[in-house]
Amino acid sequence: MRDVAIIGAGMIPFGRRDEDTLMEMLADASLKALDDAGLGDQSVDAVYLANMGGGMLQHQSSIASSLVDRLSLLPAAADTVENGPASGASAIKNGLLAVASGYYDYVLVVGGEKMREVTGWRATDFVATMTHPQAEYPYGITLPGMAGMFTRLYMEKHYVTREHLLAVSLKNQEMGTLNPYAHVEMALDREGVFDSPHAIVNNPTSADPLHLYDLCPVSDGAAAIVICPLEMAKKLSRPPVLIAGFGQATDTHTLQERDDPTDLKAVTLAAQQAFERAKLKPSDIHVAELHDAFTILEIAESEHVGFFKKGEGGKAAAAGKTRLGGQIPINVSGGLKARGHPVGATGVAQVVDIVWQLRHELPKNRQVKNAQNGLTVNFGGFGNNVLAFVLKRVEQ
Amino acid sequence: MPIDMELEAVLRPMQYPMPPYPPKVIVLANGKKMVVRQAAREDVPAILKSVHPCLFIERDYYDIVSARVYGELLAWYRYRVKSEYCLMGQVDGYLVGIVNGRLENEKVGMSYHTLAIDRGLRIGSHLFAAKMEYHMEYMNQDEVLIVAESPIGFRRWMIEYPLEATKIPHELGGGDSYRLTRDIYFKAKPRLVVGDRPVPQELMNEAMLDIKFADDDTIRERIAGLKGR
Repeated sequence: MRDVAIIGAGMIPFGRRDEDTLMEMLADASLKALDDAGLGDQSVDAVYLANMGGGMLQHQSSIASSLVDRLSLLPAAADTVENGPASGASAIKNGLLAVASGYYDYVLVVGGEKMREVTGWRATDFVATMTHPQAEYPYGITLPGMAGMFTRLYMEKHYVTREHLLAVSLKNQEMGTLNPYAHVEMALDREGVFDSPHAIVNNPTSADPLHLYDLCPVSDGAAAIVICPLEMAKKLSRPPVLIAGFGQATDTHTLQERDDPTDLKAVTLAAQQAFERAKLKPSDIHVAELHDAFTILEIAESEHVGFFKKGEGGKAAAAGKTRLGGQIPINVSGGLKARGHPVGATGVAQVVDIVWQLRHELPKNRQVKNAQNGLTVNFGGFGNNVLAFVLKRVEQ
Repeated sequence: MPIDMELEAVLRPMQYPMPPYPPKVIVLANGKKMVVRQAAREDVPAILKSVHPCLFIERDYYDIVSARVYGELLAWYRYRVKSEYCLMGQVDGYLVGIVNGRLENEKVGMSYHTLAIDRGLRIGSHLFAAKMEYHMEYMNQDEVLIVAESPIGFRRWMIEYPLEATKIPHELGGGDSYRLTRDIYFKAKPRLVVGDRPVPQELMNEAMLDIKFADDDTIRERIAGLKGR
């Protein structure tokens, strides 16, 4: 197997992109990544495209086939990858395996979603289609509803408080104001969303005990990377970022079937695999992008990947250990919470942000000083299909 | 333009007496303090400057809502509507939202529109709540008739309160009215109506000094830009 590196990364600003079609967003992000890779006349051998809702929201299928034609990448191989909110990381994994195996040299991986084309209710329903079609969905469960129940239990078992959730929310929205790609560029104020009696309107309960600002926004957006064998990458001008390790694990479809619904086994296993393959441990990671669709998930994942012991993640967030300059900066991009969560794009966007961190390309107010290793966790379903990547800076 | 006051006496509708709406201050999610106060008729030309750029924004039905607000406020300014009032929200003196309505009679209110000029801070929710507070607590009305012209409005008013569906036509000419009763209002009040009184003097002075406006491009970007939430 060959070592595989990321040589190009691109993203379009997330938000509400009424003027763009899904295909335009995917094409824009792809072109940015291809330009960044500096391949010149060299085309790519294959395209892996991550998307969850094109069929349901845009009534469009075979999206990857459409994209390669639009980008004049014919006759490159093209596949659309659908794995719920983990589609982005799944597409990267497919690209990684294809290059590592030697079948392809240059691969474009792009993820995108256009979710603001429908009302919030329809978007929530669309995301809820990933729940169990007999045991969950018919009873009206939504992902926020599931996250609310998970949070309540996690609070009871692992000593997480609303103060801890608030710390994540304040941190990620503050970082979002520094990220031009973030959907939400608005810092929150503790008084306005928590302390003041007016917070009951500003930050209402969404799915008890989660409040409005514990949830990520519904966003449009796209992100892309270009990968190739490390040996070829070293000949290019950009510093390559090695995909040092990846892991993927699954868990039961329904939460109720798990021995302990607060135990995110797939997160633990995916992260362990990624660390083992990278020959690194959690303490070697300098920056992480964790899947904070709900604030509780950043805390829970920070414990399950091994940054903190169970019961310590919330306290660590409240103590500032996960802020820029802290023990392990998490979601310096603003995370899903502020950058947004166009589901098919998220897993790719997380990797793009870590690539920028490891290339030391970000402005000082967002750059983790001298970052060498990064981690991403892309969380599918409610933890029933999780992928993790360990990325490593390669010195030229 | 010359005004024939003899003819005006015929053209101008009668006005029900309306008590003043006491101003209040609300802390927003970003920590800014929004002063909610009643607009005077003399404020209308200035307010219309902020409404004007919204006339050309299709997103979320801003165009139709703004066009109607423009007409309603102009009608109030030119004495062509019965018993209209306007409340507004100001942050650092800047106008961030407008709500208006009128009295159908002494016991029934007619809600007109809610126009949030800054977004993502629940300004519309706060101002709509202030409007209902005015009808129920200061004008002591029995009910307010309401319609929504956007899905966001429908979610905010009809579902969040929740309002009662009726077959009563609304004078805006759209769908049938929904009704806020005193019972519905006072049940919803603890979770939807907030604000502190009295407003600290320095905040009130800033709001009263003059109504500040963001420029047209800023208003359009806030409402219809990529980051518009």
